[in-house]
Amino acid sequence: MVKWSDKERTVIAGIFSGLDYEDVGAKALSRCLIVYPWTQRYFGSFGNLSNAAAIMGNPNIAAHGAKVLHGLDRALKNMDNIKETYTELSILHSETLHVDPDNFKLLGDCLTIVVAAKMGQAFTADTQLAFQKFLAVVVSALGKQYC
Amino acid sequence: MSLTEKDKAAVKAIWSKISKSGDAIGAEALGRMLTVYPQTKTYFSHWSDLSPNSTPVKNHGKTVMGGVALAVAKIDDITNGLTALSEQHAFQLRVDPANFKILSHCILVVIASMFPKDFTPEAHVSLDKFFCCVSLALAEKYR
Repeated sequence: MVKWSDKERTVIAGIFSGLDYEDVGAKALSRCLIVYPWTQRYFGSFGNLSNAAAIMGNPNIAAHGAKVLHGLDRALKNMDNIKETYTELSILHSETLHVDPDNFKLLGDCLTIVVAAKMGQAFTADTQLAFQKFLAVVVSALGKQYC
Repeated sequence: MSLTEKDKAAVKAIWSKISKSGDAIGAEALGRMLTVYPQTKTYFSHWSDLSPNSTPVKNHGKTVMGGVALAVAKIDDITNGLTALSEQHAFQLRVDPANFKILSHCILVVIASMFPKDFTPEAHVSLDKFFCCVSLALAEKYR
């Protein structure tokens, strides 16, 4: 089981409490599709992804980004139980969505960048450390049911 | 994933905006790397002080960004432009190349936090590709 210090819990809760989920989710997912274009393979039915402007203006992508971020909320509310919390989501991503689990890390990196851009100097090294630990646990849990 | 003319233009454009802060970016990125990825501290056991903003960290951050500046200047042939640095990393420093990706990520995070408006998704993709090319060039002489 993953151990969290009180400081880590506070830092992570603090990051999420300051986030506009709709805005940050949309930005993180769009950035992922632009910076790592092969990730677009999972979004064939989402409409126009032909260039960066199209991706950033695509309402389906924005909505899905927000959905992903609300999904992260589940981990936030169950930090001592993230693996079990994500069992169903992991099965979904493996057996229905067929997402290569390496892509979870790519989206996580884009989310880190979007949060860093938003928080500026407040995104200290210790903040980044806690946030990336959280994301690593989530990514691991999402990949757990793949077989 | 080689650099297109568009990528090179994007890298030079954002570099012109951020290069004045090169030393600060380097120090911050290196300090961040040592904190967020503690395994990287193994390469610096000879430093007296590994805390962020310590003198060795600041000086080395400056050195690293000097290497980045060189890569920007030699952007049309990064592999050959960084031959000497590659030999140094391969034969003397012997840094595991996986760490180049880690430091690249930290540099990007620092640029995002210091220059949020300039670090657009388009700038991000070109810079990410650029750092991939730099990392590959640094690993060129390893084996």
